Amino acid sequence: MSDPITRPTVGAQRESVDPSAVTEKPEGSLPRGLDRLGERKRARLEQLAQATADKGGVSLVRDAFRRLRRNPTAMVGASIVALFVLVAIFAPLLAPHDPAQRFDELTKNLTVDNIPGASSEFPLGSDPLGRDFLSRMIHGSRQTLFVGVLATLIGLALGVLVGALAGAFGGWVDNILMRFTDVMLALPALLLAISLVAMASRSSQWTVILAVAIVNVPIFARLLRGSMLAQRESDHVLAARALGVRRGAIVLRHMLPNAMTAVIVQATLTLSTAILEAASLSFLGLGDPDINRAEWGLMLGVDGQRYFEVRPELAYFPAVAIIVVALGFTLLGEGMREAIDPKSRR
Amino acid sequence: MLRVIVRRLLQLVVTLIGLSALVFIWLRNLPGGPIEALLGERATPERRALLTKALGYDQPILVQYAKFMQRLLTGDFGNSIRSGDPVTEVIGRAFPATVELAAAAMIIAIGLGVPLGYLAARHRGRLLDNLSIGGTLLGISIPIFFLGYLLKDVFTQNMHLFPPSGRISTGMDNTDVTGFFVLDGLLTREFDATGDALWHLILPAVTLATIPLAVIVRITRASVLDVLNEDYVRTAEAKGLRHKTIRGRHVLRNGLLPVVTTIGLQTGALLSGAVLTERVYNWGGLGTLIYDSISGGRDYPVLQALILLAALVFVVVNLLVDLSYAFIDPRVRVR
Repeated sequence: MSDPITRPTVGAQRESVDPSAVTEKPEGSLPRGLDRLGERKRARLEQLAQATADKGGVSLVRDAFRRLRRNPTAMVGASIVALFVLVAIFAPLLAPHDPAQRFDELTKNLTVDNIPGASSEFPLGSDPLGRDFLSRMIHGSRQTLFVGVLATLIGLALGVLVGALAGAFGGWVDNILMRFTDVMLALPALLLAISLVAMASRSSQWTVILAVAIVNVPIFARLLRGSMLAQRESDHVLAARALGVRRGAIVLRHMLPNAMTAVIVQATLTLSTAILEAASLSFLGLGDPDINRAEWGLMLGVDGQRYFEVRPELAYFPAVAIIVVALGFTLLGEGMREAIDPKSRR
Repeated sequence: MLRVIVRRLLQLVVTLIGLSALVFIWLRNLPGGPIEALLGERATPERRALLTKALGYDQPILVQYAKFMQRLLTGDFGNSIRSGDPVTEVIGRAFPATVELAAAAMIIAIGLGVPLGYLAARHRGRLLDNLSIGGTLLGISIPIFFLGYLLKDVFTQNMHLFPPSGRISTGMDNTDVTGFFVLDGLLTREFDATGDALWHLILPAVTLATIPLAVIVRITRASVLDVLNEDYVRTAEAKGLRHKTIRGRHVLRNGLLPVVTTIGLQTGALLSGAVLTERVYNWGGLGTLIYDSISGGRDYPVLQALILLAALVFVVVNLLVDLSYAFIDPRVRVR
């Protein structure tokens, strides 16, 4: 993660200009020399500008995007994610029925050991409460996306805050914050999430989101801190410091943006684990107690588990949906990692 | 070397003290406060007052913390709210079951993962490699409790190959010595009990092994690929060493270093996974205990001890892994 735009061209240009500068320097009177120095500087800057303009200056990000587009795994992942997001956006249009409505046609045949299967009206049959399962699956994409994205974003925001503070200040701030992440990382993820949920008097969708978010805070924090510390001694930070850029600006404009790429890749991967972790919490009975909420993890963890023997489809459909979406985010994340750091490709 | 050990031990102590402080804060912020959480439904004003005094909750917060630490260090975790038995006893009963399950899962994960990752690296880009990459991606994307139900459905309901749940058949006359049923059977020469326990162990262990297996395959593959490109491997090849020697002495030995670290880190995933797996297979271990301590009215004394125990196991295992480097990697010893 070195200088994004100019580095190679600057080096090349300097070689061609410098010799003349060295030979001409000692000659001439002072005011004339200064004048010529200014001229030379201007000429060199123009030359530099021309050199980069000729090459069309490919930025690191654009370069990474180009590699990403050519990477088949990343594109498969991106397609899955795009499809998932589209279904979530257009869920009310796609779903044939209201996901919360109980239908008489379905409830009349509904018993503990018989849940009506597919019919022309209800392509995936009924859920345990006589609601249209297909509509619930389609609407479930929204809630699943909501839980995954929100948990990841909250975890990301808190992690970036902690990591940036530690990476920017170093010293005792870094020490204290990192010991804190040590403690959080010493607990297995699910157990930490369970303890956090247990702190709430009643579980709700928010306790699940927050618990999953907090589990990911130390991971983001460590990652960001690591790549910020690595940059402290790097050339572009040294150059900024030599130019007299203020410390706050160096951290915010030079170090943080460069360190964020790794964090964004991690966030993409976290989207998949967040959805899986939310499903695990639902399975353990610590999920959202709202029976009208259609969310895949909840559908798999609660009804899928309870009625597995009666109608395994109640587990299969949300499980396959979760697996495909988790796979999509993982493939995209892996592809992004490869695109940013081509060395990691193997 | 001694300095490394001392520094790591100090770090471990700091982490555990930090964790105990967090647990202390956690207990105090439970819904309804700590007394309510400890007494649960049995709370009466007299009992509340009695417990408040006995636990010193009427004293300054620092004194309370000191007392809390004192109880922790003497191993006094109080009694379980659900059963009334001492927490240490409740956990002691469940501990061997989980260790047995986790050990079996780890044996499967390492035993399959390392060879598979190594072969994938050697046949990079070929069918085996692509299959194993696809498999690992799928492995980390499946909710493991769903995989558990799926395996259970296929192998017990449809094919009747394995018992559906539990650690041992009812009616099996086994002698309990250590709590590890497989080991007990061997110790007492009741080999039928060992066989039966193993039979029960296979499906849960396979379920629990999926995530560590996927991670180990990936790390082994990446690490072996790294080593294959090293100069010393090329030198060894140029020297005309036999392929067997190069693979065993140069590639595997160096390539397995990151794998050892991963194995340590996967103990955390195993503990998380055990909670889910044990619930699926009705395996009476720590995972079941965690589940019961939450769903059947929250049993905070047990939960608190379990949190501390899980963290202790995790940091100690990782300390041992770090120290084992001294034996595997001579460079650490010199430093």
